[in-house]
Amino acid sequence: MKMVTLAAAAALAIGITGAHAEPVKVGMITTLSGGGAGLGIDVRDGFLLAVKQAGSPDLEVIVEDDQRKPDIAVQLADKMVQSEKVDVLTGIIWSNLAMAVVPSVTAQGKFYLSPNAGPSALAGKGCHPNYFNVAWQNDNLHEAAGAYAKDTGYKNSFILAPNYPAGKDALTGYKRFYDGELAGELYTKLGQTDYAAELAQIRASGADSVFFFLPGGMGISFLKQYADSGIDLPVVGPAFSFDQGILQAVGDAALGVKNTSQWNKDIDNPTNKAFVEAFQAEYGRLPSLYASQGFDTANLLLSAMAKADVKDADAFRAALKEADFASTRGDFKFGPNHHPVQDIYVREVIKEGDVFTNKILAAALTDHADAYAGDCSM
Amino acid sequence: MSFLLLIEQVLNGLQFGIMLFLMAAGLTLIFGVMGLINLAHGSLYMIGAFCAAAVAAATGSFLLGLVAALAGAAAAGALVELVVIRRLYDKDHLDQVLATFALILIFSEGTRWVFGSFPLFLDVPDFLSGPVTLPGGIEYPLYRLTLIVIGLLVALGLYMLISRTRLGIQIRAGENDREMIAALGIDIARLYTIVFALGAALAGLAGALVGAIQSVQVGMGEPVLILAFVVIVIGGIGSIKGALVGAVLVGLTDTLGGIFLPEALKLFLDPSTATSVGSSLASMAIYILMAAVLILRPAGLFGARA
Repeated sequence: MKMVTLAAAAALAIGITGAHAEPVKVGMITTLSGGGAGLGIDVRDGFLLAVKQAGSPDLEVIVEDDQRKPDIAVQLADKMVQSEKVDVLTGIIWSNLAMAVVPSVTAQGKFYLSPNAGPSALAGKGCHPNYFNVAWQNDNLHEAAGAYAKDTGYKNSFILAPNYPAGKDALTGYKRFYDGELAGELYTKLGQTDYAAELAQIRASGADSVFFFLPGGMGISFLKQYADSGIDLPVVGPAFSFDQGILQAVGDAALGVKNTSQWNKDIDNPTNKAFVEAFQAEYGRLPSLYASQGFDTANLLLSAMAKADVKDADAFRAALKEADFASTRGDFKFGPNHHPVQDIYVREVIKEGDVFTNKILAAALTDHADAYAGDCSM
Repeated sequence: MSFLLLIEQVLNGLQFGIMLFLMAAGLTLIFGVMGLINLAHGSLYMIGAFCAAAVAAATGSFLLGLVAALAGAAAAGALVELVVIRRLYDKDHLDQVLATFALILIFSEGTRWVFGSFPLFLDVPDFLSGPVTLPGGIEYPLYRLTLIVIGLLVALGLYMLISRTRLGIQIRAGENDREMIAALGIDIARLYTIVFALGAALAGLAGALVGAIQSVQVGMGEPVLILAFVVIVIGGIGSIKGALVGAVLVGLTDTLGGIFLPEALKLFLDPSTATSVGSSLASMAIYILMAAVLILRPAGLFGARA
């Protein structure tokens, strides 16, 4: 019985793929359940929107949920490489999951296109010819926040981030461009939801500004409690606590806060305009930066497919490297370590009608590459 | 570190502890009276927060949201008890853990199905927002003070309920000898449903109160659940008084440890290493406290059973 089912499944698989000559098979591993699901859903929806618009019969996408767990992500990657025989993997949101999956799949000759996570270890010594990051290196948005703080003339920042690798990248990134004093530097627990103790320290520290990196629910909690504490210092942070998905949950507490992002819905180019409209029409909500990253990742892949056959790895890699696609961010190119060289903007949280969203104020860093490219030898 | 900052941090620890108490009280009642390990208690906390957020958004009233949280969580608790938990009383603890863990997954995905994957908005009501100035010039958020007061009132109410009412007598009797009170003509099945719904309502209340200053999202209950278990282990399983003392101890240890450990380490380490090592140590502090209590008093501070 088992043999029959297997044979039927095999026949079915041949039937599907047999319709096209050499389709590209993409395995997307992303977070679709649990607390961080909003991010994975946005990346997936952005990616699938681009695939749908292209209407390419040669592209097959398999989507799986990693539940934000490294062990599950590794299992899914093994399954996709060994039994599904995918050519390209993508989708991972979290740096710790990326570290568990990316080195192993690139070593097996597969391509990995990162739509979000950009840990420093994969940008420097651990870079790989088959690994392309379409979003940013982890430090980038924090570096832009540091540059903004310096330009604005902040002299005494209080900085805080969760106690895990991306949190340390964040504070390192901020300090790389900010040159004032530090009124305080705190690592909070990952997943912490009550910031009363930290707020009391900020109040007592005599700081003139606050920088925080607290992605997802942590940022919502922090901002609401910050607004309620009566502390009146300017706040700056990366876009992760101010994306379209969570701003509605923060409400008025986020109004006027400056944050840094490589993308916003008002970046003025035809691709971006069309993307924002199409995304709203398809899913009935405004896109977030994660959605734009998913969309760009799919378009990068499609541009390479138009130029080279995925079975010819060298040609396909060269085609990816050219990044010959219309990005929602405008100009987009890869640096020597296959990470983006791009502009990063300062945005401000505003209210449009009933919806909280961002508008761009200015560019914080232009044609910005990451600090680790020099360590990458490939 | 000034004296005022210290007072403010003690208030923070107290407030955190009191909210933990609301969670732990239900958990310890259910475990003490019914002998049931309920991992899904965190889901009831989440249900309370989502009910409050949905009703507050629809009506614009935070108080109606609180009522909805109490009612919603109690109803969910009663339903779960009737449909699932009832079958688990004579099973061993491992089966209970397995079944209630399944309930967590069902509630989480069910909530996502109804409310979507993005966090909901629930804010502190206008009449409780902003800071107040306490004697001595400490500025402290009014809402957090209110939480402390509400928590203490609930603790007092529970104490009255357990020690002064007929239901309380039945609950205490049920803890000691469930066969005997069944033989005396008490409807033990009904008593269990009531206790479970009461525990659920307390969790829901905590979820709604805390949801206003944190984020209302799927999975918000599990981190609190772990702390609530620590609280009841420290306080002694089944003891409401233990839950209160344990919760305040955990709240104070967690809050003050997070501040003083990095500061203390700065005396002999460079600041960046000190904050990093100090924060890691601080997150261990409550577990070290738990271990210490267990060594000195294996049944917890107020635990009756060994």
